[in-house]
Amino acid sequence: MVDRQLHVSLREAKRRLVEMGSYVEKAIYQAVQSLVMQNVQLAEWVIEEDERIDQLEGQIDELVVQLIATQQPVAKDLRKLIAMMKIATDLERMADLAVNVAHVTIECEQKEIKLNQEWTEIMKMAQISEQMVRDAIQSYLESDLLLAQSLAKLDDQVDRRYHQTLERLIQQLNHHPNHAEMVIHLSLAIRFLERIADHATNIAESIHFIETGGRTDLN
Amino acid sequence: MQQVAISIESCSLYYGEKQALNDITFEIQEKSVTALIGPSGCGKSTFLRTLNRMNDLIPDVTLTGKIKIYDQDIYDKTVDVEMLRKEVGMVFQAPNPFPKSIYENVAYGPRIHGITKKSELDEIVETSLRQAALWDEVKDRLKDRATGLSGGQQQRLCIARTLAVKPKVLLMDEPTSALDPISTSKIEELLQELKRHYTIVIVTHNMQQAGRVSDQTAFFLNGNLVEFDNTKQLFSNPQKKETEDYITGRFG
Repeated sequence: MVDRQLHVSLREAKRRLVEMGSYVEKAIYQAVQSLVMQNVQLAEWVIEEDERIDQLEGQIDELVVQLIATQQPVAKDLRKLIAMMKIATDLERMADLAVNVAHVTIECEQKEIKLNQEWTEIMKMAQISEQMVRDAIQSYLESDLLLAQSLAKLDDQVDRRYHQTLERLIQQLNHHPNHAEMVIHLSLAIRFLERIADHATNIAESIHFIETGGRTDLN
Repeated sequence: MQQVAISIESCSLYYGEKQALNDITFEIQEKSVTALIGPSGCGKSTFLRTLNRMNDLIPDVTLTGKIKIYDQDIYDKTVDVEMLRKEVGMVFQAPNPFPKSIYENVAYGPRIHGITKKSELDEIVETSLRQAALWDEVKDRLKDRATGLSGGQQQRLCIARTLAVKPKVLLMDEPTSALDPISTSKIEELLQELKRHYTIVIVTHNMQQAGRVSDQTAFFLNGNLVEFDNTKQLFSNPQKKETEDYITGRFG
């Protein structure tokens, strides 16, 4: 049987979405590294890279609109296209959050704020968020519903660590009021990481929608 | 709650030895549009023709099971087939007006069912043409020959001709496949009007059309009814893999 144009284009859109996912994953990793190592160059790289991610999102949106307009997709094909647009939006938001983390790095450097906080907790949180992005892309690529559902548990871990770290930062503020600026910047950074994890669960929900046609709440 | 207009119970049909329909069971709600879809030779047109006993005209056809229209078993010995076809009208793929005037095309049915009074016929002709959304286009030339109308107008005339004998059910066998997109969309809009008064069953090869016009969709494959569901459900999340493969163009 001749492959329909729609299915050829669907594979192309999927390839671009996975490509976009790998850039986003890298941006998050580099943003966290830039913060931990107080490396402004790395932070600037993350900010520059965001443009490429925005462009990919635009391309995916355009392709989806074209396919809906010309190919009349139905059933799973239609769900795939709708989900692609949502996943691209989530990925784009994640990249923006990575940019926000990079801005924290730059701001700290400009104001000569030393981030002498114990990093373990933040690193762990960042690692789980990164893994969630990887798992989300992987489950999308392989239509792996179980993997997608497992993101809910990881998101709980991220939320728990977020609250614990926030608590510790507040304590530090009480003991060392002169650390106020650092505490504010770090609270922002961990908040951005926590939001990244939420977007990863949104992607898992979209995968559930593609595979079942139903809605689920993993967040 | 809508009433059941047509109920089909374990219906099988054979052309000689060859089975064309296999144990079909489902119910069609009144005042709704039901689309029958499936690849060529799947049995959908054969099924449509069982609903007004058009298959009676083909020798060597055997039908088992029951088809009831408003609780009347239409294959019962006491059923007058001509009366049945008045109740269950049919519109075909290619418009087939009689080579007579527009007026006579519509008045023909009521006349053979015994209506002779001019005023009464006039009223039926006007009402039917209005219902078929054709009145405004032809009211000043009712005496013109029907074959002079455009394809889309001819098809609406055929619908008016069917409506003139006041049917309960309208069967349509690919009614727009010979029409251009504008005429097609007129017929599709018309269906939405007509379903307020009639139960409509339509065979279509155009799946987007099924999605646009129908409330329920039945998917046929190799003489089997694979899936029957709300159209919205069937086109967004079909339950059977065969349905999914067919409507997404993976076969057929």
